Amino acid sequence: MGQTISEKIVSNHVGKKVYAGEVVVTEVDGVMATDTTAPLALKAFKEMGGNRVFDPNKFALIIDHAAPSPNERIANLHKLMRDFAKEQNSTLFEIGEGICHQIMVEKKYVKPGQIFIGADSHTPTYGALNAFACGVGSTDLAAVMLTGKIWLKVPHSIKIQCNGTLQKGVTAKDLILFLVGKVTVSGATYQAIEFCGEAFEGLSLSSRMTIANMSSEMGAKTGIVHPNGLQLDYDFVSTTPDKNANYIKSFEFDVSDLEPQVSAPESPDNVHNISNFEGTKIDYAFIGTCCNGRLEDLDIAAKILKGKKIHQDTRLIIAPASQSVLLDGISNGSIATLIEAGASLITSGCGPCVGTHQGVPADGEVVISAANRNFRGRMGNPNSNIYLGAPSTVAASALEGEITNPKKYLS
Amino acid sequence: MSVTIATKFRSKCHVYGDHIDTDRIIPGKYTKTLDLSSLAAHVLEDLDPNFKNIVKVGDILVAGTNFGCGSSREQAPLALKKSGIAVVIAQDFARIFFRNAINIGLPVLELGAHDIQKGSELEIDLKEGIVKDLTASKIYTATKLPNIMIHILGEGGLVNYLKKHKNYSL
Repeated sequence: MGQTISEKIVSNHVGKKVYAGEVVVTEVDGVMATDTTAPLALKAFKEMGGNRVFDPNKFALIIDHAAPSPNERIANLHKLMRDFAKEQNSTLFEIGEGICHQIMVEKKYVKPGQIFIGADSHTPTYGALNAFACGVGSTDLAAVMLTGKIWLKVPHSIKIQCNGTLQKGVTAKDLILFLVGKVTVSGATYQAIEFCGEAFEGLSLSSRMTIANMSSEMGAKTGIVHPNGLQLDYDFVSTTPDKNANYIKSFEFDVSDLEPQVSAPESPDNVHNISNFEGTKIDYAFIGTCCNGRLEDLDIAAKILKGKKIHQDTRLIIAPASQSVLLDGISNGSIATLIEAGASLITSGCGPCVGTHQGVPADGEVVISAANRNFRGRMGNPNSNIYLGAPSTVAASALEGEITNPKKYLS
Repeated sequence: MSVTIATKFRSKCHVYGDHIDTDRIIPGKYTKTLDLSSLAAHVLEDLDPNFKNIVKVGDILVAGTNFGCGSSREQAPLALKKSGIAVVIAQDFARIFFRNAINIGLPVLELGAHDIQKGSELEIDLKEGIVKDLTASKIYTATKLPNIMIHILGEGGLVNYLKKHKNYSL
């Protein structure tokens, strides 16, 4: 019987052929937690009788969700993480080093064909690398830290095939927003998504990360991009599905005419063509996050804003996804261009996306964000409204003070 | 089930709709704490600011589809548990919330479809997976949990399970 990518990766780990629906206990290749999830995980680890982490080289802690610490309570949680990493002789990524998912990929903590468990819901981002990556909560993570293993049900897979190539000025974010709108926020619950077809083949690693990242906005356990066209600076073995693999559902779209997409408040699947929202006044624009804070995202925003000033009634916050992205953006001039246009640069990390600090919107304000979630209260104020779009859309909207189709700036 | 937790419940229920995300269960700004009782003060506050005032220990929460979608924060089921909620029933759950709830020993039941109304008196037999709506005189059968989840829940959560067994067994 043919196998999906997920079935193959899990089979390789458990040493026998397994199929969707089977419950397995598997070893994992890597595990990480953040300052939102690690404190509870460390507590649970100790309560389980944990002493040493199963393998300190496969374990990382990242301070990114509220970095630097906005108050004494969170400062103490950060200290708890630092102390634990020292005690275990394991790696901790400090404030400003970047967002967990960006770091795990940049520092090669995760590679193609691996099983990676992260205590963050956007862990499926590593599906960009053709890896099987799942998000879990703190206690599940503590159990992996203790045993090096996790139990999981081999997921059924959904195949999403996109034919055609995206128009100029239309990006991977527009494509994945479109797909979230079609599949819906619960359309892939408990299941794995396989993204395949011409539209994905030409995408950069960064764009593939944007695609896989929002698998979680469809409820998926993991989302894996077909390895065709994947380019990495090291040798790797890719995993492809068998021709007769079994899919629980299949979607096929021609995306050659796709327009820029916008997700309206207050669910990521409330997605429509940008023309539905053009002219909506915005107060605040944000580019960053594990979804869209990479160099290509800063570059496209800089291209739109070069030599211009953002609208006088709008503010623009930029949070590079990592220190390495920040340094590259300094080297190539994008950071200077953005600051000259009126942007405010904040520490690499999750920034205002999780509503803890660094830019909570006011009552009644409208935000256009390059993030992946626009649930009520997401950015810290339930009385604000969040629209989601591509970094290009966010930049063009910051420029005009209203939701704006970026295509005219990108021809 | 090797029972170390209660398996029979009877209480009034609170009913909410579909796609209740974790930001609505407990906003991100309150999650960064180890003072778990502080979570209950903000539970569901962006959905129903009055919930925390009316919830009583042992109450049952009922929701529609995709309950707990969004982030991986275990603080979401913890906030509900700390507020007094004894069981959560939904048409179905987002997967991380589902695992988290079992892992912290908060029973969750999936009822494919239901029309349980706010304030109804429910009687739940966790072992049998039976939910009786005493107010509407209806009986529902829940989807069976995988065996490993039954064992974890039976120990009162994953911490106790691993403290006792040291490793997973299927």
